[in-house]
Amino acid sequence: MNAGVEPLVARGLLKRYGALVAVDHVDLTVASGDVFGYLGPNGAGKTTSLRMLLGLIRPTAGSIEIFGRDPLRVGVHALDGVAGFVEAPKFYPYLSGRRNLHLLADYDEPRTRGKVEEVLELVELSDRGDDRVGGYSHGMRQRLGIAASLLRSPRLLLLDEPTTGLDPAGMRDMRELVRRLAAEGITVLLSSHLLTEVEELCNRVAIIRKGRIVYEGSLAELKRASGHTWRLRTTDPQRAWTIALNHGVRELARSDGELAFAADDDTVAALTVALGQARIGITRLVSQSATLEELFLELTEPGERAEAA
Amino acid sequence: MSTVERAETYPLPALRRRTALSPVRGTAFAYKWELLKLRAQKRTYLGLGASMIVPVAFVLALVFRSGGPTDITLGKYLRQSGLATPFVVLEFMSIWGLPLITALVAGDIVASESHNGTLKTILTRSRERGEVFAAKIMATATYTLAAVVLMAGVGLAAATAEWGWKPLTSLSGPKVSALHSLLLLLGTLGVYLLALLGIAAFGLLVSTVTRNSAAAVVSTLMFALLMQLIGALPGTQSIRPYLLSNQFTAWHGFLRVPVDWAPIGHAIWLSGVYIVVPLVAAYLVFLRRDVAGD
Repeated sequence: MNAGVEPLVARGLLKRYGALVAVDHVDLTVASGDVFGYLGPNGAGKTTSLRMLLGLIRPTAGSIEIFGRDPLRVGVHALDGVAGFVEAPKFYPYLSGRRNLHLLADYDEPRTRGKVEEVLELVELSDRGDDRVGGYSHGMRQRLGIAASLLRSPRLLLLDEPTTGLDPAGMRDMRELVRRLAAEGITVLLSSHLLTEVEELCNRVAIIRKGRIVYEGSLAELKRASGHTWRLRTTDPQRAWTIALNHGVRELARSDGELAFAADDDTVAALTVALGQARIGITRLVSQSATLEELFLELTEPGERAEAA
Repeated sequence: MSTVERAETYPLPALRRRTALSPVRGTAFAYKWELLKLRAQKRTYLGLGASMIVPVAFVLALVFRSGGPTDITLGKYLRQSGLATPFVVLEFMSIWGLPLITALVAGDIVASESHNGTLKTILTRSRERGEVFAAKIMATATYTLAAVVLMAGVGLAAATAEWGWKPLTSLSGPKVSALHSLLLLLGTLGVYLLALLGIAAFGLLVSTVTRNSAAAVVSTLMFALLMQLIGALPGTQSIRPYLLSNQFTAWHGFLRVPVDWAPIGHAIWLSGVYIVVPLVAAYLVFLRRDVAGD
C-alpha cells in the first residue's frame, strides 16, 4: 500500500492531560483532494487533535505523517505545504493586517511577500489591510486567518471551526471560499460541530466523541449503513411486540399501540411473514430513513438518547 | 481502498523544502520582526523613555539644588566634570530602575505571545522553535543594550552641557583625561550590561515558564531585589561576590589607576553563568512546551 504519500495519516493519536484523555487513539487518513470533515460536539477533542497535527503540542503516543513526514522527527518542516489554524486565528493586534501578513511571509520565506496583496484581495480585505488588527471584527480575523494560510500556497489546509462566530452571510462566504479552494485542488481538513456545514462541504468525515473516533467514512455510507426505522400498526400489538423481539429488531419501542423499531429490509420481510403466520394483521408499516442529524446525535450522545427513549 | 486510488490520480507534493532559508537567515528575519514588534509596543517606549528621563531629571535636580549624593561612588565629583554623571546614574539605577526597565520587555516577550495566541501563529510557519527563541533572546539583549546606552548617553550629554568636558578624578586619586574617561565609560557599560543581561535572561525564563506577562515582570524585579536583600543581610559576606547585584559595581575597577581587572574579570564570568543557565533552561522549555490555549 502506498499510504506514505497521503497528505495526512495519523495512527493511534493519544493525548493525555493527567487523568483526562483528551484524544484517545485517533486514526485519521486524509486523502489527496479530500474535503475531510472532522465532526464532533464541542470539547470532543477536535482542537487538541489539530494542535498535534500542526506540531503545537506533543502527542502522548501515536504517530503522525504529513505528506510522509513526521513532525516530531523533522520539526516544523513537516508542515511544508501545510497551513491552517487552530481555534480562532491570532494576530498581533498592534500591527495592521497587511503588516501581519508581511511578518508571517518573512517567517516562511521572504519571497512570499509578493503574494500578500493577492491573498488580501481573495479574502476581500484589501481595503482594510492598513488598519490595525486590534480593530478587526471576528469575521475579518477569520478571513485574515485564511489569507495567512494561503500565503504558504498550501496543498493541505487545516481549518478549525472556520465559521464559528460568523453571522449567516459570513458563514456562507466562508463556506464558498472553502469550496473554491477545494476546487483548486487543495486538500482540506475542516473541523466543525455543525453537521450541515460538513454535509455541505465534505466528501468524507470522521466523527469524534469524547476523544474517540466513532465513525470514519462518507456521510452517504453512514446513512446507508444505519438502515431504516419503521413504524408498525397491527391488530395485536401485544403479541407483535414479542414476535418483533424474537426477530432481532433494534431499538424496539411502543406507543399508542404502535411499534417503532430499526431493522434492515431482510429482517422486516421475515417479521411480516412471521406476523402473518401468527394470524396478526398488519394495518400499517411505514419506513422512515433517519436524518443525518439523528445519526449524528446517536453517535455522539448515545447515553442521552437512551434516556430520552 | 478507494482513497489510495484517488491519491494516485493527484499530483504528489514535492517533498523537498521550498522554503529553504538557512537557520542564520531565518533567525535574522525573525530577529528583525522581534525588533519591529518591540517598536510597535507601548512598553518599549515606556522603558526606553524612562532610561532617558531619569538622567535628565538627575542632572536637573543637581542644577537646582545645592549638595548632592556624597555617599555614592564619584558622588562628590559630579559638578567637577560631566563625565561623572553616567557612572553615578548607572550605579543608582542598578538597584531597581534598570532591572525594572529590563524586566518590562524580558518578562513579556514570550508570555505576551502565549497570552495573545500569536505564538501558535508564528510556530506554524517555517521557522524552527530554536530560531524563534534565538530571535527573542537577541531582541531582548538589543533592548537592554539600548536602555543602558541611552541612559548613559543622555546622562553624559546633559551633564557635559552643564559641567563641561573635563578630566575626571579617579577612585585612586589621580585625575584621568576626559577622553580616557570616556573609554573607561564604554568598558563600564560593557560589564554593566552583562550583569543586566543576567536579569534579562532570568526574565526570559520566567516569561517562558509562566506564560503570564505581569507575573514574569514582577518576579524578574523580585529576583533583582532579592539579590540586593541577600547581599545586605549580615553574615552573607562569603556569598556576596557571587550575587548578580554585586556585579553592577565591578566597573569600579576601571576607575582605579592602574585599572584593577580582578573584579571586572570576576563579573564577566559570573554574569556569563547568570545569563547562560536560565537561557538554556528557557530554551529547553520553549522547544518542548505544548502551545495550547492559555
